[in-house]
Amino acid sequence: MNAPVSSPVSSDVVLEAQHLARHYSLRRGMFAEPATVRALSEASFKLSAGKTLAVVGESGCGKSTLARLVTMIEPPTAGELIIDGKQVHHNVAPSHELRRTVQIVFQDPYGSLNPRQKVGTILEEPLRLNTSLSASARQQKARAMMEKVGLRPEHYDRYPHMFSGGQRQRIAIARSLMLNPKILVLDEPVSALDVSIQAQVLNLLMDLQQEFGLAYLFISHDLSVVRHIADEVMVMYLGRPVEFGTAEEIFNTPRHPYTRALLSATPTTEPEKRRERIRLTGELPSPLRPPRGCAFHPRCPFAYEPCDVDTPKLLRAPGGNADVACFAVQGELL
Amino acid sequence: MPILEISNLSVDFRTVGGQFRAVDGVSMTVDPGEIVSIVGESGSGKSVSMLALMGLLPWTATITADKMMFDGKDLLTIPARERRRIIGNDLAMIFQEPMSSLNPCYTVGWQIGEVLKVHLGLNKRARRDRTVELLELVGIPSASERLDTYPHQMSGGMNQRVMIAMAIACNPKLLIADEPTTALDVTIQAQILDLLAKLQRDTGMALVLITHDMGVVAETANRVSVQYAGQKVEEQPVSQLFADPHHPYTAALLSALPERATTRRLPSIPGVVPGQYDRPAGCLFSPRCDFATERCVEKAPVTQGQAAGYALCHYPLNQGKPVGHPGPAAILDRRLSA
Repeated sequence: MNAPVSSPVSSDVVLEAQHLARHYSLRRGMFAEPATVRALSEASFKLSAGKTLAVVGESGCGKSTLARLVTMIEPPTAGELIIDGKQVHHNVAPSHELRRTVQIVFQDPYGSLNPRQKVGTILEEPLRLNTSLSASARQQKARAMMEKVGLRPEHYDRYPHMFSGGQRQRIAIARSLMLNPKILVLDEPVSALDVSIQAQVLNLLMDLQQEFGLAYLFISHDLSVVRHIADEVMVMYLGRPVEFGTAEEIFNTPRHPYTRALLSATPTTEPEKRRERIRLTGELPSPLRPPRGCAFHPRCPFAYEPCDVDTPKLLRAPGGNADVACFAVQGELL
Repeated sequence: MPILEISNLSVDFRTVGGQFRAVDGVSMTVDPGEIVSIVGESGSGKSVSMLALMGLLPWTATITADKMMFDGKDLLTIPARERRRIIGNDLAMIFQEPMSSLNPCYTVGWQIGEVLKVHLGLNKRARRDRTVELLELVGIPSASERLDTYPHQMSGGMNQRVMIAMAIACNPKLLIADEPTTALDVTIQAQILDLLAKLQRDTGMALVLITHDMGVVAETANRVSVQYAGQKVEEQPVSQLFADPHHPYTAALLSALPERATTRRLPSIPGVVPGQYDRPAGCLFSPRCDFATERCVEKAPVTQGQAAGYALCHYPLNQGKPVGHPGPAAILDRRLSA
């Protein structure tokens, strides 16, 4: 992408995906053919250090599958994934060193922390498993990290249930940073938090990114949060990216009909920012039986002949700076 | 005459650690055909106050109020049998999680039919016809085929439509929607909100919308009541609330929204909502407030007049400036770090 280079560090690509795909096969009884769920197809992007790529879409669009691939929880079924200059193979387990460069923060801070471990133990566990540091060195590192994320020293001996949602998310963020990763996958990190707490956590994330030069893969369905934090945005629908560009470009001139619908459906508190609502009828189709051609065409208000025949490719939009997978946009009909 | 009138409602829960006041002296009125929104963060008592109205709280709750009138009937003294006749009929409620508020063991047609049987005494034939009509009304395609499906066979958005169909089955005079779209995707949320607004327009029912999403409030409600830690801290017509919030909490909440941010760093509210054991003595918002003085910490504020948005504050804001405030020198140091 032609992202503007703002600092010398930012040109280091730490994560690259090309035509990344993950398909699951589903057994449907003894004699039936197994069905294929195409959870993710054709995802291509580059992410540089110190930058934030936001992945936006509704449930079932494949954003969490993408997170599982990038964190190497699952191997991709097709395509290339290059993390920190090293290729992730489909059938060879990634090395421990490679796994350390990517860490993840989950949505629900109530479910992602072990209730029987104290904060100190939670933070030191990654070090205990991956390094040969002594107990006192581990404790020192954990305490230093607690200070960085805004936890008080006395919290070291407390259990997760003694904390509020926002503070638990701080613990989860601290845990993810213990091994000095280069890439942080943030899977809906503020969705479970109240507005006033959400602002605190977003500020913390922005501070940490600046300090450590972290690359964020920020997965969210909240467009106002994405607009605030992201450098680049990838909009996904039913397992495929439909629009990809800088945050400015996507929010100021959304091109794909789905992006437009998504933006116009997001309620805003500022009447002058309110867009003309594009009403989407119907619901997300089942990923087991995706519609022919463009997956969005049954709900698209602009669908015409080619839409139910071929799948549009993600191409640079005419006269724009974003890539769009839509025949109407590519044919300059919109 | 308002359809719903609550004055000085308090709800206490008996817990292991003693009494906990979840709702503290909340008053509100709803006029026929009006959309009133209650906003607040988790723990602000917005759901509990409405559950108290519906009589859906467990036995550990003690409800006290000066007045709780719905459509001319006093809900405080009404016998349970009488209350059951009102609830689900003239007064209905929909909940946040459509998946868990529908019974997984019965078809959706049966569940909607039950309401019609109990309240209207319709026979089987008439129930079926009315159920199809209701499902069509809430925008479920091929409604007659959907009668025999179970909740797990449908998506969250469709289930929420079934919940709405059930709630409006008897043409209620007041519908309480408790976070009706929180569990849904944005495009489905827009569909459901459009549907609720359309039903409200067509039937003239009043709607109480409980939510934490300021965007939803701005686009749907006529009047907004803001709650914090169980107390109502402000009430204003929707456009005025967003243009000129009078309570420091409302103002801070609005400026913490990323879409209203003017700087990259979001203005956040330090600290957390007080819980059972750390309830401050004076104003409940004082430990997190930018304007808190000695008076705020010592003395609980009283509700201001209509001009100040009924703000529960010693120094209600006017265009962002606290009225009657002794000046920056009197502001206490924040005792809570972020």
